[in-house]
Amino acid sequence: MRKNARDDPAARLGLDAGAAFGVSWTFQLDAAKGDTVPEEKKSLIKKIRSTGAMKKLMADYFNELKEAQDTGSAKIAWCTSVGPAELLRSFGFQVYFPENHGALLGASRIAAELIPAANAIGYSPDICSYLTSDVGAYLRKKTPLTPAFGLDGAPKADLLVYNTNQCRDVQDWLAFYQREWKVPLAGIDSPRNLGEITKNQVESLASQHKALIPLLEEVSGRRFDIDRLREVMESSYRCTQLWKTVLKLAEHKPSPLTFFDGTIHMGPAVVLRGDPRAEAYYKLLISELEERIAEGHSAVEDESLRFYWEGMPVWGKLRDHAETFAGHKACVVASTYCNSWIFEPLGSKDPFEGMALAYSELFIVRSEEYKEEYLARMVESYGIDGFIYHDAKTCPNNSNNRYGLPERIQETLGVPHVVINGDLNDLRMYSEEQARTQFEALVEQLHERGELR
Amino acid sequence: MTGESGFFCGVDIGASASKLVLIDRSGDAAARVVRHSGVDYAETAELCFAEALETAGATREQVHGVVSTGYGRDNVSFADVRRTEIHCHGVGCYHQIPRAMAIIDIGGQDNKIIHLDARGRRQSFKMNRKCAAGTGAFIEEIALRLGLDVGALDALAQTTADAVKLSSFCTVFAKTEILAHLRQGRPVEGIIRGAFQSVIARVVEMDTLDGEVVLTGGVVAHNPTIRDILSERIGRDVTVPPFPQFTGALGAAVLALRDAAATETKDA
Repeated sequence: MRKNARDDPAARLGLDAGAAFGVSWTFQLDAAKGDTVPEEKKSLIKKIRSTGAMKKLMADYFNELKEAQDTGSAKIAWCTSVGPAELLRSFGFQVYFPENHGALLGASRIAAELIPAANAIGYSPDICSYLTSDVGAYLRKKTPLTPAFGLDGAPKADLLVYNTNQCRDVQDWLAFYQREWKVPLAGIDSPRNLGEITKNQVESLASQHKALIPLLEEVSGRRFDIDRLREVMESSYRCTQLWKTVLKLAEHKPSPLTFFDGTIHMGPAVVLRGDPRAEAYYKLLISELEERIAEGHSAVEDESLRFYWEGMPVWGKLRDHAETFAGHKACVVASTYCNSWIFEPLGSKDPFEGMALAYSELFIVRSEEYKEEYLARMVESYGIDGFIYHDAKTCPNNSNNRYGLPERIQETLGVPHVVINGDLNDLRMYSEEQARTQFEALVEQLHERGELR
Repeated sequence: MTGESGFFCGVDIGASASKLVLIDRSGDAAARVVRHSGVDYAETAELCFAEALETAGATREQVHGVVSTGYGRDNVSFADVRRTEIHCHGVGCYHQIPRAMAIIDIGGQDNKIIHLDARGRRQSFKMNRKCAAGTGAFIEEIALRLGLDVGALDALAQTTADAVKLSSFCTVFAKTEILAHLRQGRPVEGIIRGAFQSVIARVVEMDTLDGEVVLTGGVVAHNPTIRDILSERIGRDVTVPPFPQFTGALGAAVLALRDAAATETKDA
């Protein structure tokens, strides 16, 4: 039997099943009431020991946000997940990432009951379900942050900052809170569909980052300090390098981690990049994963197939997906999603050019040609047998199956694929049976190919 | 094992209908059973099995392998192995038509397009999106709207070449569209033919169809006009195997036979 929640702080926080960006949220309501929870079917997911340290780090992060909100000890800036976090941190802001909350709402499977509240005030069910579930959470005053950290909602922002590199929805998302709270909204407008990134584009983006400084000085009450920015950038760069090392360890056959592990352990790289504690965490995680490799342990027992996940996770189905693949001795070893928090240009000499390049070099911002080359590199380096493309109904920019990419990859590299229809948060858009059949059919196809070869 | 005798069973528990095929060691069908899947898949599978054994004059002990497939594949308690319907349809088609092909399977609630090479290896496959457009469920809804028995649609569709075009992707909107056509006095036969054309339109837009096209599934089994419409649409003949509704179950039975043969070889 699982431990009683009163004895186990992790269980009290809902930190024992399901996960998103480093914090687990499948709330065991019975456990929270002190009841016992029946023993579950034996899981095929191998636990990573370091998870405990990560949970503590993520809990500290949220507690610091709460303290800032309750005491005014620091100003709070909301920043889209691939926005200028380093610049904000250099001004001493506590940085909050709304997509993190969006993912938590998805992983806790309450998004579908929150989204209609946003729909009712005019936010379409067809737009980003992070946005609609987050706005719904605000309107309904319901969030997993309450039972976990005592936050009565997402921490109120003093400043809202976006980068449209991912999509325009992030700007509209923050604009909702600008109207609600009457706080400043500013951001970076990024070009999209980029092939080679030109000097002009970098200069334009760097200028937009610089143009934020007067507003940040005004809201934070601090003068811009280039040395502090360099310091944050250096830490963020070290974090990104360590995160890259974590992901590259999956090149090993068999892999010591899965994509599903990655979605959990990416938490510090998302919300604490630029904070040395994130670096310390990844050193710990790397050491554990290297130990797994040295001892011949793998994330999936008897790994026989290696997949690449392209697109958003289906947050409410992470555990199910992890179990399904493990059940077929298949490991999803790599993903564009987890790779998207590798920002190598943060190590650039000029911090503004570094941020400009780091946040425009991302897969999501790039041309189809770039994406095709990128995925070909992934096939080569990770030894990919097949692709899973997630066509997320409300996330067109992160659904890379819509312009013939899977078919081109299959034709040029001979790597088969399936496309599952679903959504990042809105499980009403997801068919369990269809997805399962497609996963299994791809596994069968690859085994058949191996047998008949 | 019982030497040269014995039977091999494939059970396809689909969203609408459950199909079971018993084959002998030479791969020929000894019994075929179809029933509505109903709400208790396990019971339906048992009933199909009992009926097939009776038809074949066989006992359970004479069945040396069972493979289940379809949405209810996990509910077949007597199955040794479970396989997806995508795999089983490919195997079932190749068993009867041993050459490269593009299979279109139109089922009760989903469609599949499966490409096989000349050796029967699956090259790729696609399923419909999470939507009933282009499936048997669409046709059932249309029959309901028109107040007709679904079994009467094909004969009516055959009486006209003048189809009433249905533009909507969505089953619900298509039903509203039909209301408008009825109000305008358009003939029911033309509306049914238009509905069949709509099913084919949804299917052919899923994937490219090179080479020989083979059509399977319950929809073509009950509505042969669908084959003619597909043929018109792609501009060439379309192959329909005998007993198209049983293709998945047949493929499952063939897999059961193969598994048994592989085990015997290993044990020999």
